[in-house]
Amino acid sequence: MATTHAVMNPPARERSRSTFDVRKIREDFPILKQKVHGKPLVYLDNAATTQKPKAVIQALRKFYTTDCSNVHRGVHLLSERSTKAYEGVRDKLQRFLHTADPREIVFVRGTTEAINLVVNTYGRQNLQAGDEIIITGMEHHSNIVPWQILCQEKGAVLRVVPVNDDGEIALEEFQKLLNPRTKFVSVVHVSNVLGTINPVRQMIAMAHRWNVPVLIDGAQAAPHLQVDVQELDCDFYAFSGHKLCAPTGIGVLYGKARLLEAMPPYMGGGDMISSVSFEKTLYNTIPYKFEAGTPNIGGTIGLGAAIDYLNEIGLENVARYEHLLLAYATTAVSQIPGVRIIGNAREKASVVSFVIDGVHPHDVGTILDQEGIAVRTGHHCAQPLMERFGVPATVRASLAFYNTKQDIDALAAGIQRVKEFMS
Amino acid sequence: MSDLHGLYQEVILDHNKKPRNFRKMEGASGHADGYNPLCGDKVTIYVKMEGDRIRDLSFQGSGCAISTASASLLTETLKGKTRAEAQALFEKFHGLVTAKEPKNGKDPQLGKLAVFSGVSEYPARVKCATLVWHTLRSALNESGEVASTE
Repeated sequence: MATTHAVMNPPARERSRSTFDVRKIREDFPILKQKVHGKPLVYLDNAATTQKPKAVIQALRKFYTTDCSNVHRGVHLLSERSTKAYEGVRDKLQRFLHTADPREIVFVRGTTEAINLVVNTYGRQNLQAGDEIIITGMEHHSNIVPWQILCQEKGAVLRVVPVNDDGEIALEEFQKLLNPRTKFVSVVHVSNVLGTINPVRQMIAMAHRWNVPVLIDGAQAAPHLQVDVQELDCDFYAFSGHKLCAPTGIGVLYGKARLLEAMPPYMGGGDMISSVSFEKTLYNTIPYKFEAGTPNIGGTIGLGAAIDYLNEIGLENVARYEHLLLAYATTAVSQIPGVRIIGNAREKASVVSFVIDGVHPHDVGTILDQEGIAVRTGHHCAQPLMERFGVPATVRASLAFYNTKQDIDALAAGIQRVKEFMS
Repeated sequence: MSDLHGLYQEVILDHNKKPRNFRKMEGASGHADGYNPLCGDKVTIYVKMEGDRIRDLSFQGSGCAISTASASLLTETLKGKTRAEAQALFEKFHGLVTAKEPKNGKDPQLGKLAVFSGVSEYPARVKCATLVWHTLRSALNESGEVASTE
């Protein structure tokens, strides 16, 4: 990752380089050992979901084998254990995102639910007819559609920051859209299609000059960057666990405590109340006000194990290794005649989206699959962005720290095979 | 299994490279748009009827090799057929690509369309093959709706 905080002094770099051994890391992921269609699996669909290390699988197994119980309720030992484990993960996330307070961590199903939560609570409470919400042209559908629904309900207006030919957001364009009617900004940190790392810190500062709160969709950023929500000064930050080695169905919404406290609840039910009578119900304090019903306890514990695992490897090691791998992949793919990379931002995370002249991405996906290579093909839930680049779809290879140069070589050979086969 | 030629038979590759009847039709008696939201394939089909018989068929659009070849072969196959014959062929074709029909003993009525037999091995690609057929049905019904594989 080409971010400033990834820069380290030489001795530290040397030390961590010697500790990062991708062959050892691959041993942690049992799924990578298999063959598909008789070929070794080359898993390059990490932006869709990452694979799970043994540590996470074992944490789930341990929870369901020895500790399974509901949280925040029972006085018995198992409930004490599961509550402690569940709340312990909240503390881990406080450190992972560098929040001021663990109460600012709300467990949700994933990024989509996190955004919908903010739309349906903060958005519904604070937006009115004529107000404007700013997003960018590279948002995932999950950061477009919930706002459209809100706009329709309230008579508010969605404004979109354009994306340039390299797949970047120009801050001047964002500046132009900010005005007294702007009431919310919701921006993707790292594009799931282009890999672009957006200048969110500057965008947040610019929006704050207009007293406008900012949500950052961190679904593709949390797995690759070191996120410090206090340093960013974002008001909300959302990400999904399953894209950083945790199970599916668990994600996180960070919100500044004073905003969360002023927001109405999202769903009603158990655990989100402090007292209920038929006349009046008092809501629980944050974050529990937003966690109605039995939460995804197992998933949360899996997320905790994933964070421990990533911390053990070292997030800065992950970033540095992925950065090298991205450079290698970019060169390998762009060297092939007739292949065009979509998204050439100066600051990029490990995503390589491309198209091959005369071959539809869908056919590319099928042929690569026969070579054991898993990539994503299609519009990646970002149809407006596809339109922007004039392509119906792309092939997307997204890298994780357990991928190797051999994986990239296999991809390049696979692309050659596609070209030969379809020519 | 690594037999890509089972899916991409020569006839399919040929029709993908040189799609037949790939043009807009003037004076069409019906047309319809088809869209596959999963992969972004788009097709427009034009039909000219003479009574109950399909006199002419053409298409335009962008899609993968399977959907392009399927559209191309459809326009070739259905010219001169009645609505009922077209519908009956759609059912046979659908059976073929979803493997409801027995693999050996292909229906002789399918003719060239039998080259799509490999699609049934690739569940993710069934909709690529059937999109144009759904679209044709809309064009024949002149429902004016966008046909979808969903």
